[in-house]
Amino acid sequence: MSTGLLSGDARVEAAPRFPRKRKGISGRSIAILVFLSICAAFFCVPLYVIVTTSFKTMEQIREGAIFSLPSPITFEAWVNAWDHACSGIRCEGLKVGFWNSVAILFPSLMLSLTLSSITGYALALWKVRWAGTFLFILFICAFVPFQIIMIPLIILSSGLKVYGTIWGIAIIHAVLSMPFLTLVFRNYYKGIPQEIMSAAMMDSGSFWRVFGEIIVPMSGNIFIVVLILQVTSIWNDFLLGLTFGGLGTQPMSVVLANVVITTTGEAAYNENMAAALLTAIPPLVIYFILGKFFVQGITAGAIKG
Amino acid sequence: MPRVIFEDIIKSYGKLTVLKNLDLAIDDGEFLVLLGPSGCGKTTLLNLLAGLLDVTAGRITIGDRDVTDLDPKDRGLAMVFQSYALYPTKTVRGNLKFGLAAHKLPTAEIEQRIAWAARLLQIEPLLDRKPAQLSGGQRQRVAIGRALVKKVGVFLFDEPLSNLDAKLRTEMRLEIKKLHDELKSTIVYVTHDQIEAMTMATRIAVMDAGVIQQFGTPDEIYGRPANLFVAGFIGSPAMNLRPATLSVAGGKVAARAAGVDLDVSHYGFLTAPRDGQSVVIGLRPEHFGEPDAAVTDPAGNFSLPVQHSEKTGSDATAYLKFGDGLIATRVDPELIGRFKQGDTVNISFPQGKLHVFDAQSGRRL
Repeated sequence: MSTGLLSGDARVEAAPRFPRKRKGISGRSIAILVFLSICAAFFCVPLYVIVTTSFKTMEQIREGAIFSLPSPITFEAWVNAWDHACSGIRCEGLKVGFWNSVAILFPSLMLSLTLSSITGYALALWKVRWAGTFLFILFICAFVPFQIIMIPLIILSSGLKVYGTIWGIAIIHAVLSMPFLTLVFRNYYKGIPQEIMSAAMMDSGSFWRVFGEIIVPMSGNIFIVVLILQVTSIWNDFLLGLTFGGLGTQPMSVVLANVVITTTGEAAYNENMAAALLTAIPPLVIYFILGKFFVQGITAGAIKG
Repeated sequence: MPRVIFEDIIKSYGKLTVLKNLDLAIDDGEFLVLLGPSGCGKTTLLNLLAGLLDVTAGRITIGDRDVTDLDPKDRGLAMVFQSYALYPTKTVRGNLKFGLAAHKLPTAEIEQRIAWAARLLQIEPLLDRKPAQLSGGQRQRVAIGRALVKKVGVFLFDEPLSNLDAKLRTEMRLEIKKLHDELKSTIVYVTHDQIEAMTMATRIAVMDAGVIQQFGTPDEIYGRPANLFVAGFIGSPAMNLRPATLSVAGGKVAARAAGVDLDVSHYGFLTAPRDGQSVVIGLRPEHFGEPDAAVTDPAGNFSLPVQHSEKTGSDATAYLKFGDGLIATRVDPELIGRFKQGDTVNISFPQGKLHVFDAQSGRRL
């Protein structure tokens, strides 16, 4: 580079005229760091114990040093948990529960996403008679605890001959999540500028065409948010799976509980830890893959009125 | 072809009535501008025509079809929105194509119309871009294009230029006018900008408080405002409106305002003036004569102290103390130097440019 006056590069030759004081570590920031470390430890220490234990042999566990690193490292507990762990009298491992959970997850995801997005779209962007009343009822429904309606639901579902089936659990999941998800979609669609909807009304005026061609492509973020919420809540659900799952149709969380509870002889801590980790993996994977969109989706609706 | 007629339109929200017994007939090929301040009901009227809102009572006909109860897509209209309202996930081509969604057209016809509109609006290179990749002016063109491809008889514009910067607005104003001349279609255009109204319209409907105050050509609206609202709304700087009292004596009529007599004998009174009648006189700032120069046969001469003055490059305005208020006069910017604060200047107002309104009803006399 040339050093002429016109070249415009500012050269710092002397010390800056107005040096800024460097900030040292103050007592306050130390306090914050200590507090944050304690918080982090609160989550990390149990996780550390679970992970290390799952790789230990039972001999090492019996020594009683729960913070020691596994030596030798063995994957036996993981294999056992997946393939041979006993839930009640069946010793087929967690894999049965895993595939059950998957079979529950997909239909119920499809059902709840489709139903709640269409209902939310209709309530937000079309003139629906009694829309206000309907919204209010949805709002109330979203706050009814599952435990209250559990017994009637069991009677209802057995009357409909879906009690104890995979489909039964899937449909109940979808129905129970409808009120909340519909509100989520409705609020998101309320944020779509009115003029875009007006333009679509003048251009097409067809409920389904506007939904499919204009609205759905604009709602990628909210679909991901709802997807994550649904995957997590369906996968982690225990009570619904326990009450509505029959023999052989229990989701992974129920099988996990049975594996941990069932004790014949000594408790296989390493297997239990591995089983718990195996069950926790799928939601984690979803978070890692879609986490970025999750944050975007949450804020997108909030900022743009 | 389409003549748009509103008959006895009422629009109310609960107890609030936004439009009151409104009648309006728009001729074929007309460029009608609905002009008025915010909240006067002009956009409501446009939305009623588009079918985006339902009338409370009344009838709307386009051509010989009663469209009052038709869905927006069936009314044979196309609309350009203030925020452009382009579909963000579609390309420009997709946006134009979706405009034809309600019409079942063969693909070749769709392609041909898109090509035609793109050429007309010079957006051919942009056809495969998304709206987010376009500038404001380009988005505006696409929005107009989406309306054009429908090849309808009536186009609606809802303040389409208010989101553009001043230079672009002037350019687009000319282009929309040019499009109207080329396509010869009927346009209903809503704006609060009187310059847009004056430059583009073949006729203007000035609205206030849900009522059409005056409906006429731009020249009529400017030259013969029907009432005080129109007089005050059209023109920039606004018309000087001053209360005055008429005196009729021996064939001479004079209006006395703040101690100055204005000769209004030659004013074309619609109703005979009465002695002692309270009126409001209107003097447009641009009609005042040069300072300290005699006007032949003036309506009145003023000798007033200068309060302040402002320049806008091509124009200058001086504000003179008159009674307990100010009157604005437009001045040649070369001469603005003569208007120093506190100085008294002599200016006169010519015959024939005066406006007289009734003080009670606000109507033109």
